[in-house]
Amino acid sequence: MASESGGLTEYIQHHLTHLTPHASKGGFWAVHIDSITVSLVLGVLFSLWFWLQARKATAGVPGKGQAFVEIVLEFVDGQVKDVFHGDRRVLGPLALTVFIWVFLMNAMDLLPVDLLPWITEKFGIGHFRAVPTADVNMTFAMSLTVFVLIIFYSFKAKGAAGYMHELFTAPFGKHPLLWIPNFALNLVELASKPVSLAMRLFGNMYAGELVFMLIAGLFSAGAGVAGWALYGAGIIGYTVWGLFHILIISIQAFIFMVLTIVYISMAHDHH
Amino acid sequence: MDFNATLIGEMISFAILIWFCVHFIWPHLNKAIEDRQIKIAEGLNAAERAHAELKDADQKVAAEIKVARQQASEIIDKAQQQANQIIDKARGEAISEINRLKASAQDDIASMAQRARDQLREQVGALAVQGASKIVQREVDASTHKALLDQLAAEI
Repeated sequence: MASESGGLTEYIQHHLTHLTPHASKGGFWAVHIDSITVSLVLGVLFSLWFWLQARKATAGVPGKGQAFVEIVLEFVDGQVKDVFHGDRRVLGPLALTVFIWVFLMNAMDLLPVDLLPWITEKFGIGHFRAVPTADVNMTFAMSLTVFVLIIFYSFKAKGAAGYMHELFTAPFGKHPLLWIPNFALNLVELASKPVSLAMRLFGNMYAGELVFMLIAGLFSAGAGVAGWALYGAGIIGYTVWGLFHILIISIQAFIFMVLTIVYISMAHDHH
Repeated sequence: MDFNATLIGEMISFAILIWFCVHFIWPHLNKAIEDRQIKIAEGLNAAERAHAELKDADQKVAAEIKVARQQASEIIDKAQQQANQIIDKARGEAISEINRLKASAQDDIASMAQRARDQLREQVGALAVQGASKIVQREVDASTHKALLDQLAAEI
């Protein structure tokens, strides 16, 4: 159990390294196979789960599984209904997908930080990060999708001319001298949406993961009696942070969903 | 990286986390689910009960309408019978009244005719006596006779 601080740094660095193809050492094609695998598996799990429940749904008294799915669905639909007053056939499922998927990916943070790497190591895979939302690629992938939807619905709701008109005349006014400031401000506002959406989720999850690793460092921080004391402190700290993290993963999934709804409903609003 | 006590410690924490979820998070979730199930079951039951009650009420209404219709027809029958009885009675009374009136009118007519006949007879008698006395008292004169006889005829 004895280890020096170099060991901890190495430990954390090891854990913060993504699984990438051997052929590409860094660079654009260093695809994070771990993030993709975990997010895909969770996405398929979520889809299968809800699809199966929806398929065997009855109009009568629901089973526990159906009741749970209904509660989640009603909750998400209620959130969408509160913010967006229009056709919810696209935004409702989108919000549900964002919420459940982000929640499941965040929940990977609760797994012991060494568990999945330890399992993959048995198959000769040295690096494996379990939390896709602690990967900036993953969060930006989602926020950029939302960004594309924002642009799409802006055009759809206002038309090309209307949207251009809005970009150049809101919020300051219609005077030609104000066109450039208006457009610049709108660009900043538009760009800030996906960036804030992605960075908020990534930051929270990355920091959470890092804290888990730091606490895990306590398990191997000392020797003898002190070592065992630190080991106990590690278990307590790891558990407390885990309990707190249950809150964080739920809140972050909720925030991502609500902001997605708000941004897309804002794209429908006329100025 | 080798398997070491770090993973054991993490697994212990994970176990505690699972225990926490089982004891403090899952019951709330389960309660929400069961409440929902109960609510839906109650709603469905209430709907079914209302349906059955409606059916009952419909049957009751139909039965009552049937009874009312029967009673109405009975009342109509009775009324008709009564009306017939009244008409028969009235007809009988009218006929007897007519007969009575006819009889009394015939009596009246008979007595009046008798009286007229009696009077006429008296007057004819008186006139005959008068005429005879006049004929006897005056000289025989055809014209006088004629005038007298005319007067007599006019008076009869």
